[in-house]
Amino acid sequence: MTGPLLAIRGVTAYYGAIAALKGVDVDVASGEIVTLIGANGAGKSTLMMTIFGSPPARDGSIVFDGQDITRTPTHEIARLKIAQSPEGRRIFGRMTVTENLQMGAAVTKFAHYDEDLRRVFDIFPRLKERAGQRGGTLSGGEQQMLAIGRALMSRPRLLMLDEPSLGLAPLIAKQIFGVVDELNRTEGLTVFLVEQNAYHALKLAHRGYVMVNGRITMSGAGRELLERPEVRAAYLEGGR
Amino acid sequence: MTVAEHDAVTRSEPPAFAAALRDAFVAALIALGLAAPMMGLMATPGPEGLKLEPHWQRVAIAVAVVFVGRLILNLTIWRPGVRKPKTANSPRTDAMLARIAKLLAPAAIVIAVALPFLPGVERYTVDLGILVLTYVMLGWGLNIVVGLAGLLDLGYVAFYAVGAYSYALLAQHFGLGFWICLPLAGILAAFWGVILGFPVLRLRGDYLAIVTLAFGEIIRIVLLNWYWFTGGPNGIGQIPRPSFFGLEFKPGPDGFAATFGLQFSGLHRIIFLYYLILALALITNFVTIRLRRLPIGRAWEALREDEIACRSLGINTVTTKLTAFALGAMFAGFAGSFFATRQGFISPESFVFMESALILAIVVLGGMGSQFGVAIAALVMIGGFELFREFKDYRMIVFGAVMVLIMVWRPRGLVSSRTPSVFLKEKKTIAGALVQEGHG
Repeated sequence: MTGPLLAIRGVTAYYGAIAALKGVDVDVASGEIVTLIGANGAGKSTLMMTIFGSPPARDGSIVFDGQDITRTPTHEIARLKIAQSPEGRRIFGRMTVTENLQMGAAVTKFAHYDEDLRRVFDIFPRLKERAGQRGGTLSGGEQQMLAIGRALMSRPRLLMLDEPSLGLAPLIAKQIFGVVDELNRTEGLTVFLVEQNAYHALKLAHRGYVMVNGRITMSGAGRELLERPEVRAAYLEGGR
Repeated sequence: MTVAEHDAVTRSEPPAFAAALRDAFVAALIALGLAAPMMGLMATPGPEGLKLEPHWQRVAIAVAVVFVGRLILNLTIWRPGVRKPKTANSPRTDAMLARIAKLLAPAAIVIAVALPFLPGVERYTVDLGILVLTYVMLGWGLNIVVGLAGLLDLGYVAFYAVGAYSYALLAQHFGLGFWICLPLAGILAAFWGVILGFPVLRLRGDYLAIVTLAFGEIIRIVLLNWYWFTGGPNGIGQIPRPSFFGLEFKPGPDGFAATFGLQFSGLHRIIFLYYLILALALITNFVTIRLRRLPIGRAWEALREDEIACRSLGINTVTTKLTAFALGAMFAGFAGSFFATRQGFISPESFVFMESALILAIVVLGGMGSQFGVAIAALVMIGGFELFREFKDYRMIVFGAVMVLIMVWRPRGLVSSRTPSVFLKEKKTIAGALVQEGHG
């Protein structure tokens, strides 16, 4: 049996002197949806960025498909077909929807650009309607679709999504989770999902991790985590 | 107009007038406060030391000017409802201008090509055309760096200087001709572009601007002080003039005029220089337009928008930035060697910060990223600069006023093909709300 597609071992990361990650172990196997939940400032987005090499991991190792990428520059990591929809979406505001998607295909050297563009437009018909519009003029949900669509343009082997439901209407968030689920089931797309929306994210995931203050405190099957009283108390019923 | 409406209008009039009057009065008071000590009192040396001499007449005039001027402005331009704050160009005028630009661009090229042979065009006009086109070319070159890649470069003139000195020195020491030196000057300038590019790779915005500004000054000061190599403040003279593919512009049997059976005229060389810079500028434009459609051009634009997103999409931001710097610098190098051959004499005086600012102003006023806008802005700025020569020292004021007006009315530049991006700021919904939603 081969190892996991992405193996994170004992990773620490710092912003100046402040430790954001204090020894994190996470595995993502091929074909899985893995969710990482946690409160604000737990280090979820940092972990995602550290996988992409900025900020770099100080200790530990990150291995993708047998290749150590702990010290690899960000753009070379992207060329290994790891794609992300980053925190805050980071779409190119003054470029059109199509141009944004084109940027996503840069790592493939535009080898199957037309095909992939059609595929993204099939998944998100809204983007097709907005193809000539500037990215910055899209609604929040459409921007999120664009960020995911842009990530899909590279035919990723691992898709990382950072809070895709942030600031979206519940219906749109649900739609986006639905797309992720479907891509995973039909194409076997491996997804690493960082979320605050714990309920939906864990329901969707095969496995989940809970992060508190830069450490993984719990892990297990998605639905199993949902049942745990600590998780329910901290992330599902905390607002009550 | 119904009676009620009419009443409403007339009734609203007096308070507006009163407000205008009050505002003008306050302004006049401020003017009085400022003018009384600054204009009203003058210290003159007398027999017993300094003596204060009052000039109340001047103060009265100043206060009156402020009061009347303010009142007129209040009642005309600044009336509530007349002036609306403008943050961005309206999409409709943008679309219209973009369309006009599309139609006008070929016409402008035709006019530019025909210019030296149009009736009534004298040597002065052609000379001015050369000057304008030089700045058009520089504007287009800087547009790659500032407009496309979004890297604010305040020291662009350094590359122009590198190009000019490259040609002058190569011609002086090795006797090389213009046509060999032109590409060499471009390459050398591009090389310096990369040299500048490396240390500033991690800088953005203000910090980048400061470093590029310093770089521009360093180059100028080196040129000024490296006496034995560059001639220092004396500059370099007797730079060879360009030849028409080996035929020189001179009287005599083997000159350009004699070969083509023309009467010798000094105008021939001017016209040749005009076409030379026109061709160089159009090449710059053509290359930029082509590159924009290639992945590298897209990468520049994406870099301007979001560097982190760029990197995570597999774009090497280092090479992307360096190519932008190198390419922009290369075109400045071409323009520089043209400048040297046209002038026949160069000195560090020609490469002061004012030039960088002027080129940057052309790019910004033209609408960053718009090729046609940059050309128009160069024409307006450089042409206007020449037209207002009569005003002598006051032309800087005119120049400043024009810039302010353009920025007020068209804050994104004359031709901004990019529609203003109305950012729908994402709402950061608090976690509790999201979690609760998950339950329902």
